[in-house]
Amino acid sequence: MKFSFRGKRISGLLVVVPANERSFLEDMKGFKVPEARSLKLKEVMGFDKRRVALPGVCVSDLAICGMQHLFKQGWLKSDEVDALLVFTQTPDYFMPSTSNIIHGRLGLKQDVLCLDSSQACAGFVIGLMHGFMLLEQESIKKVVLINGDVLSRKASPKDRSIYPLVGDAAAITILERDDQDSVIHAIAKTDGSRSEAFMIPAGGFRLPSTPETAVLENVGDNNFRAKDHVFMDGSAIFNFVQTEVPPLIQGLLAWTGDSIDSVDYFLCHQPNRFMLEKLADKMNVPYAKMPNNVVEHFGNNGSATIPTLMAFNLQKRLLQESLRVCFAGFGGGLAWAAMLLNLGRLNFNALIEYQ
Amino acid sequence: MKSVVEILKEIRPEFDFAPVDDFIAQGMLDSFDMVTLVSALDKNYGISILGTDIVPENFQNLQTIEALVNKQKAKV
Repeated sequence: MKFSFRGKRISGLLVVVPANERSFLEDMKGFKVPEARSLKLKEVMGFDKRRVALPGVCVSDLAICGMQHLFKQGWLKSDEVDALLVFTQTPDYFMPSTSNIIHGRLGLKQDVLCLDSSQACAGFVIGLMHGFMLLEQESIKKVVLINGDVLSRKASPKDRSIYPLVGDAAAITILERDDQDSVIHAIAKTDGSRSEAFMIPAGGFRLPSTPETAVLENVGDNNFRAKDHVFMDGSAIFNFVQTEVPPLIQGLLAWTGDSIDSVDYFLCHQPNRFMLEKLADKMNVPYAKMPNNVVEHFGNNGSATIPTLMAFNLQKRLLQESLRVCFAGFGGGLAWAAMLLNLGRLNFNALIEYQ
Repeated sequence: MKSVVEILKEIRPEFDFAPVDDFIAQGMLDSFDMVTLVSALDKNYGISILGTDIVPENFQNLQTIEALVNKQKAKV
């Protein structure tokens, strides 16, 4: 499905990561994997350090830390927030919504639209689309988009297919109208028939958490997890990405008349280095145009990976210049979405730690 | 240039791969090993195995892995 937005822009970005750092090699020792094997995997996949929330820390805590930083720096005034969107798969509660909790703890004005959406790794691009749509309203001049997850809290410590890979973060993106009449193009796709490839089976109303759903089960390869834990069919997700994402991006480029050469960066979701290099190979995109180091420094922090990529790799450039950028998010749902836009001369672009 | 079986031996030195029909069913290669193997094959043969070809049936035994490598070599 195609979308286009005129006269909108991303004006600022702040990423909040937990100060708590874990090491891939240390985690793998817990699985009794020979060090040589872990080192090979580290080299190929890029896994090294990841930032993980301490027990009890929720998405709202990371987001409020970031919002308070914005207010303190003078990058955003509290009465400028007209809409607060929270895209997360790990809300504080089933109800109320996390956006309302953040609104209340920050003491924002009552004239604010608060909205939560459950989106996985395509959540940044889909969140931008929602934000730009809201900016069509006369009364909404500034949208705060928060992409955050603390998925590490749902990963089984005995499941090496996911536990050593997951990171936590919250990214705050400010969207507003733009004097320049530039057009932002996006394409979004969904395949709910494959929704079980990435899920937390228990804890909702279909299968409520019970003592039974907390029991660890041997799921093969010496991995153990409970139905309360997050499950990812890594092989299915890998194949989905390699099959669906190249035509998505190629379709977007064809629509806008862009080419690989005319785009400065392809900023993709960051599951691991190997998957992104294979994606780049398939699309003939030079590796330098598709950075893949978020997982190496922060772990896979879900829908916050693309903002993390921007804040970590392009911090100064995006303050000083405008770049032609293609975002691509893909993952649970299954959902995949790409957006092509001129990005830059941001008012702020930073990464801070949550202590 | 190393052979496929030599590369496999480097990844999982504890196994004898040659006589086995299904590495996956026998638990000799998991998904992470497949990724490590693809990376090693790419480097060794100067190829880039397509992401869409990284599926368990292509890594069942020496013959299927060699067929995968040969398919990619033919494209280079």
